[in-house]
Amino acid sequence: MKGEIYRVAGPVVTIMGIKPKMYDVVHVGHEGLMGEVIRIEGDKATVQVYEDTSGIKPGEPVVNTGMSLSVELGPGLLESIYDGIQRPLKVLQEKMGDFIDRGVTANGLDRERVWEFKPTVSSGDSVTGGQTIGVVQETENVEHKIMMPPTVSGTVEEIKSGKFKVDETVCVLTDGTEVSMMQKWPVRMPRPVEKKFIPRKPLITGQRILDGLFPVAKGGTAAIPGPFGSGKTVTQQQLAKWSDTDIVVYIGCGERGNEMADVLNEFPELQDPKTGRPLMERTVLIANTSNMPVAAREASVYTGITIAEYYRDMGYDVSLMADSSSRWAEAMREISSRLEEMPGEEGYPAYLSARLSEFYERAGAVKSLAAEEGSITVIGAVSPPGGDFSEPVTQNTLRIVKVFWALDAKLAQRRHFPSIDWLTSYSLYTQGLSDWFAENVAPDWVPLRDHAMDLLQQESELQEIVQLVGSDALPEDQQLVLEICRMLREYFLQQNAFHPVDTYCPFDKQYKLLKAISKYSDMAQASLEAGIPMKDILSIESKDELAKVKFEENFDDALNVVMEKMDKEFAALGGN
Amino acid sequence: MTKEYKTITEISGPLMFLEKTEPVGYGELVHINLPDGTTKRGQVLDTSADVVAVQVFEGTGGLNEESGVVFSGETIKLPVSKDMLGRILSGSGEPLDGGPRIVPEDRVDVNGASMNPYSRMPPEDFIQTGISTIDGTNTLVRGQKLPIFSGSGLPHNEIALQIARQAKVPGSEEPFAVVFAAMGITNEEAQYFMEDFEKTGALERAVVFLNLADDPAVERIITPRMALTAAEYLAYEHDMHVLVILTDITNYCEALRQMGAAREEVPGRRGYPGYMYTDLASLYERAGVIKGRKGSVTQFSILTMPGDDITHPIPDLSGYITEGQIVVSRELHMKGIYPPINVLPSLSRLMNSGIGDGKTRDDHKAVSDQMYAGYAEGRDLRGLVAIVGKEALSDRDQKILEFADLFEDRFVRQGRDEDRSIEDTLQVGWDILSELPEALLTRIDNKYIDKYHPAHKSN
Repeated sequence: MKGEIYRVAGPVVTIMGIKPKMYDVVHVGHEGLMGEVIRIEGDKATVQVYEDTSGIKPGEPVVNTGMSLSVELGPGLLESIYDGIQRPLKVLQEKMGDFIDRGVTANGLDRERVWEFKPTVSSGDSVTGGQTIGVVQETENVEHKIMMPPTVSGTVEEIKSGKFKVDETVCVLTDGTEVSMMQKWPVRMPRPVEKKFIPRKPLITGQRILDGLFPVAKGGTAAIPGPFGSGKTVTQQQLAKWSDTDIVVYIGCGERGNEMADVLNEFPELQDPKTGRPLMERTVLIANTSNMPVAAREASVYTGITIAEYYRDMGYDVSLMADSSSRWAEAMREISSRLEEMPGEEGYPAYLSARLSEFYERAGAVKSLAAEEGSITVIGAVSPPGGDFSEPVTQNTLRIVKVFWALDAKLAQRRHFPSIDWLTSYSLYTQGLSDWFAENVAPDWVPLRDHAMDLLQQESELQEIVQLVGSDALPEDQQLVLEICRMLREYFLQQNAFHPVDTYCPFDKQYKLLKAISKYSDMAQASLEAGIPMKDILSIESKDELAKVKFEENFDDALNVVMEKMDKEFAALGGN
Repeated sequence: MTKEYKTITEISGPLMFLEKTEPVGYGELVHINLPDGTTKRGQVLDTSADVVAVQVFEGTGGLNEESGVVFSGETIKLPVSKDMLGRILSGSGEPLDGGPRIVPEDRVDVNGASMNPYSRMPPEDFIQTGISTIDGTNTLVRGQKLPIFSGSGLPHNEIALQIARQAKVPGSEEPFAVVFAAMGITNEEAQYFMEDFEKTGALERAVVFLNLADDPAVERIITPRMALTAAEYLAYEHDMHVLVILTDITNYCEALRQMGAAREEVPGRRGYPGYMYTDLASLYERAGVIKGRKGSVTQFSILTMPGDDITHPIPDLSGYITEGQIVVSRELHMKGIYPPINVLPSLSRLMNSGIGDGKTRDDHKAVSDQMYAGYAEGRDLRGLVAIVGKEALSDRDQKILEFADLFEDRFVRQGRDEDRSIEDTLQVGWDILSELPEALLTRIDNKYIDKYHPAHKSN
């Protein structure tokens, strides 16, 4: 069906003469610019266009594809760098040079590349939507499962084996349906699953403050605010590198071009510590900088999460980072104001909260249609203007997410890394995960951690008094609390991302470290009660030696040496 | 395409509306012939089969229904040429210096296209501005966009001029140019800039676009785009390193708001349009370095914060797009310190990739961190002194307090023509740091103390 343009006002174009459905993708103008229908009024429809509309005239033709904005899913997604509507940036560069021109289409998946397809079903088998019919080795360590499109089922008539391109038929059903390795899925629609679970397993990041104090569950949601110079980038990279997920999807949404260039340069150089292979082999990057078309920015987070869902359906644990969801919200605001919609708070559309929750709701631990267990953990960065957390995007995000990692620039200035504020951060998964911790870490892990949190809370209150009267004026047991908290902060919470050993801290080591601090605390308490002077308890040498053990390659031995010495030193003081 | 329409139905503020035209392209350039023989130019803002809205750059004064309107059939393009260097042009690209029209080597769409992030090179070449507070603690690199956040009555123009005069990449002889775009500044300020450019010979390697306070506000929306188009042309076609100075972004945003109001758009924060972030990004993001090309575009914009309020939408949105900011402080200015740059709220996000061994000097980061920490603590202590008096401070704190004074007096303060090399800047840093007890220099590795501390340095 062909229609024509009625009106052009920036990225918003009104068309007439065709009857599209909501969210249909249309191509407008002689150059065929891609757009999406976002409002229908009588015989006219409003389209948001993903490309620059300068020079486009009323009367130019419009073609409806009849499909909503979709991504191509299949082997070849990994290692790709896409723009917001899944055009590979490398292909765009080859086609139009260093600047992004318009009217250029590029397939999300390479049509020429050949993959080795190994079937896992035989002819005569009955297959249902979402079921795995074969596998492809996508990168050295990721096996890509070829699944039936979720809406297709039947009996296999013919299944092939060997080398194929993504759009070649690999399976024919008895009703004549041909299935290739590639499927398309509309980005605004969550992919169906068999069942969603309550997340019960932690995402293990090897970062003590995250795993220990504020864990996020696999399939959970977390938010990080990113004030200037707080080390957000390092934290995100540590998460991408170390968290025990199989696939990483990173969405750079409306951020700086130069910073994005940094990510694009650095990610391919990062090494996956588990396999020694480049981290890119299990990563998909989506880059849509602040000066690229605003409608594509709006779409970029949906493109990202749909790709994440696809890998989840194969039974993988996926972590998705959206940097930054505030820019995404601003794109919604901009389009909303172009549509002359009634604004809500601070000019954001009234549906801001609904869109944010719909997006975060696509996270989760699931049993997929292929009966695999997979998960998507969403970590969204927010950039509150002027650092004001009361603004609508931050507030609406915090209402939905279960974990908040409060990066704090002041801590970063004091060189406390990772600079996550332990007083304002929170995790609502601590309860739900306690069974897992008790079973897999240690039965007393949860009380140990709760006690540490409690002490840190006390410290902040005591610090206020110290600032007024000095620490000497405190009673001895409170002085001891301050010392234990210093140990907690410096020995446990601080972690050096650039130290070869300290950069990743397994749970077992986290537990032993915390236990050691707790042991010193108990013995010091007992000695204090037995009348040993405070200064003797503080001058225990092994206490200071404890600071270094986290950097030791041979952690267990080093810790044992220190703890034995501690026993002896306390025994020498008497009282224990 | 040269058909003239006389179908204006409405004129309102900077906008005019026409009916019954042939299809007109969005963003098309429009020529308007007034009954008195003068001509004006405009741009299509909204086009439909029934009505076309045009924003008129030179203002709608004198326009009536008798005026003829010609649609050019193309978007606004800037004729570009290497001969633009040394020229003074109006805010819409017409010669103002009495010289001939630019003979174009090419005509380029002023809106520019967005750079493919995949083609960008992460910026890392140090630019020496000769100002210690920038080179030492908030280093500028090629391809960066670093605005000056200032306030009314502060010497931001002098700082910008000093940078334009002194900026260079040490040890590099590569061609260098300045593109200067004035948006809504006063005639006096413009003259001041021009005089300085001419006096110092900087004009030869500069392209100047002037939109003054009494020029139409609408033109201001085009001026920075013209300037950036010229800059990109010189950078990417003629391999030059271009420093773009845009002043004043606040006037630009005011014009944006004015246009938004004229178009009866739904306003966002403080009445500024909801798309201001994207609009500003389309200017600021036109800085950068491209893989495999020699030139670069570096942006140094000036922005006056209304009421010195850094959370105002203009500085706030800018701060989220630019790679840091240089904050000019009223307090330091009142103390008589030039340049009154407060390093604490200032930031260069790309500093770390532009400094260190082989770029500036190995001890650069340590010295900068140490001065930063000392000055921050010293300023906190000043607050305390106001309450309890200087005598109540410990010896250590007194030393820190003195350091903060020294920092302002010797590191921040410098002459208007004083062009400090990076070695000079670091030397001043070490000189004032050496007034502190060595035990307080916790951020500096011992090897640098041995190598550079005046007390250790063997000469």
